[in-house]
Amino acid sequence: MKFTGTDSYVASDDLRVAVNAAIALQRPLLIKGEPGTGKTVLAHEVAKALKAPIIEWHIKSTTKAQQGLYEYDAVSRLRDSQLGDERVKDIGNYIKRGKLWDGFTAAERPVLLIDEIDKADIEFPNDLLLELDRMEFYVYETQQVIKAEQRPIVMITSNNEKELPDAFLRRCFFHYIRFPDRETMTQIVDVHFPDLQRNLLREALNVFYDIREVPGLKKKPSTSELLDWLKLLMVEDMSPDALRSKDSKQLIPPLHGALLKNEQDVHLFERLAFMARREQRQ
Amino acid sequence: MFVNFFLELRQAKVPVSIKEYLALMEGMDRGVSDYSVDDFYFLSRAILVKDERNLDKFDRVFGHVFKGLEAVPGEGITAEIPEEWLRKLAEKLLTEEEKKQIEALGGWEKLMETLKKRLEEQQKRHQGGSKWIGTAGTSPFGAHGFNPEGVRIGQDKSREGRAVKVWDKREYKNLDDTVEIGTRNIKIALRRLRKFAREGAEVELDMPDTIRSTARNAGYLDIKMVAERRNKVKLLILFDIGGSMDAHIRVCEELFSAARSEFKHLEFFYFHNCLYEKLWKDNRRRHVDTFSTAQLLHTYPADYKVLFVGDASMSPYEIAYPGGSVEHWNEEAGQTWIQRVSDTYRSMVWLNPVPERHWSYTPSIQLLQQLSSNRMFPLTLGGLDSAMKELNK
Repeated sequence: MKFTGTDSYVASDDLRVAVNAAIALQRPLLIKGEPGTGKTVLAHEVAKALKAPIIEWHIKSTTKAQQGLYEYDAVSRLRDSQLGDERVKDIGNYIKRGKLWDGFTAAERPVLLIDEIDKADIEFPNDLLLELDRMEFYVYETQQVIKAEQRPIVMITSNNEKELPDAFLRRCFFHYIRFPDRETMTQIVDVHFPDLQRNLLREALNVFYDIREVPGLKKKPSTSELLDWLKLLMVEDMSPDALRSKDSKQLIPPLHGALLKNEQDVHLFERLAFMARREQRQ
Repeated sequence: MFVNFFLELRQAKVPVSIKEYLALMEGMDRGVSDYSVDDFYFLSRAILVKDERNLDKFDRVFGHVFKGLEAVPGEGITAEIPEEWLRKLAEKLLTEEEKKQIEALGGWEKLMETLKKRLEEQQKRHQGGSKWIGTAGTSPFGAHGFNPEGVRIGQDKSREGRAVKVWDKREYKNLDDTVEIGTRNIKIALRRLRKFAREGAEVELDMPDTIRSTARNAGYLDIKMVAERRNKVKLLILFDIGGSMDAHIRVCEELFSAARSEFKHLEFFYFHNCLYEKLWKDNRRRHVDTFSTAQLLHTYPADYKVLFVGDASMSPYEIAYPGGSVEHWNEEAGQTWIQRVSDTYRSMVWLNPVPERHWSYTPSIQLLQQLSSNRMFPLTLGGLDSAMKELNK
């Protein structure tokens, strides 16, 4: 089992080594990076490359660790007891499996994605320490131990909204997806839009990296935004010249809505355009 | 050799434990990485580093241990180069001959030696030209210029793409923030101030009570609901704004935005230098839309926790005497008002962005320190933490 990137995902060398280490040593892999650099997509691609099933657990602010293991549906059992349902005699009928349980008992070794772990409460990672370490847990209601026959490949993504506890980090491998440089970015775009005009891509990348360089942006555009923007440019059939024009009136790139996501950033750009025009007049 | 690497990492304050070291050994044993230095670097980085802030330290230690290039604290050549020198201003394109010419210039050792000398000589920002350190020139030192044997200083992207080794590129440099106080960290600190209580509409199923009352009901289902658990801490933040506070505006903004998302009951007001009889909510309309401090004391009940944020640096008269304010005539002294606030609200702290070691040199800080009965804390993560502990008492 070795991950080498797929035809729709460009994995850098360091990412490949990190993924393979996590697979071989059976440890969870924690992925961090700017939003939109392909953290979640990575898990899907790893699953695709290894032909393994993927189990996704999306974390919200209200998610509890227990929900990943199992939930005991006491209310329906109570209701069934009122109605005299036969099922009520077996408590196992009211245990709902969580994503981790699914992952532990899957027939094939699955990829288990715990997406955006930082969204949950601060104690959430601590509640999963033992489960991720030993890959087993105890169901109190039925008094059985659920143990993983084959340890799933666990991928965890984080957007850095909360600091994760040390004890949790110690059990994971870590990779920080760096923002791709121009060369890698060209490869990434190639993978997604193979028939994009060379010169349009070059100009678009120029504009894109220029925008990222602008100091004081609240949200820098990232890979996924670039891909959206390129798609728009292709749909609108924009010519490379329209992007190239260094005319200061055009300082705000066409279809900027795909790249700049809040009005402060657009204002900042307009101000810069205004200043550039004034400088030209002098 | 690897033990050495491990120990040096610990020394450089990269938090690594034996568990991780063993994992690395296991990885090597299983042949996870190919037998190349690059792969070993990637593998050890994935296993040993757990936070992007430590990546730069790791790169330095790796470079040092496996190459013996430079010591971690940067022995030998250490120089703080002002960023403005290196900020990209222009770009110069050289002809092929010129490029060759520069290539002929001495080797690595010689370059470093000269760099050291230059750093001592040079005092100003420099751009263009071929000797001084700066931007877009042909000197071997500086950023965005062309010299294949050059030393790149503070340049954030690879231009000619010839950097030697991955770890020597130290690409993670700007992710290393040992003291930086960010919104995320502030939120973590503010979390100490949580007191959950069930209040409001009953929306959650109360399992124990449902079971109890169902049993009492002879098995006939009787569902009980409870209100959701919410943070019921109420916070009143009073910001000092303008004047000497301008220097601290960023950290205050961060504190404010973190607090805003963390607390449901949060009220804030501004004051200038010291608290007097008037406060305001919108700094642009501070002379028109004011809120009287007396009304504040009546409006917000005593279970609010009060957080002053200000540098407390002013003339002691502004605190101690009526009419001491720099902006208007105040009938009552600032300290009277602060006293009233601390009488009304049991939990009160003062956060001061001025570094703690300077406090003893400013009489007004000491005065306010006394007035807040020694509940003044520096606006750092540690200070915030202790302040929250104090508020929680």
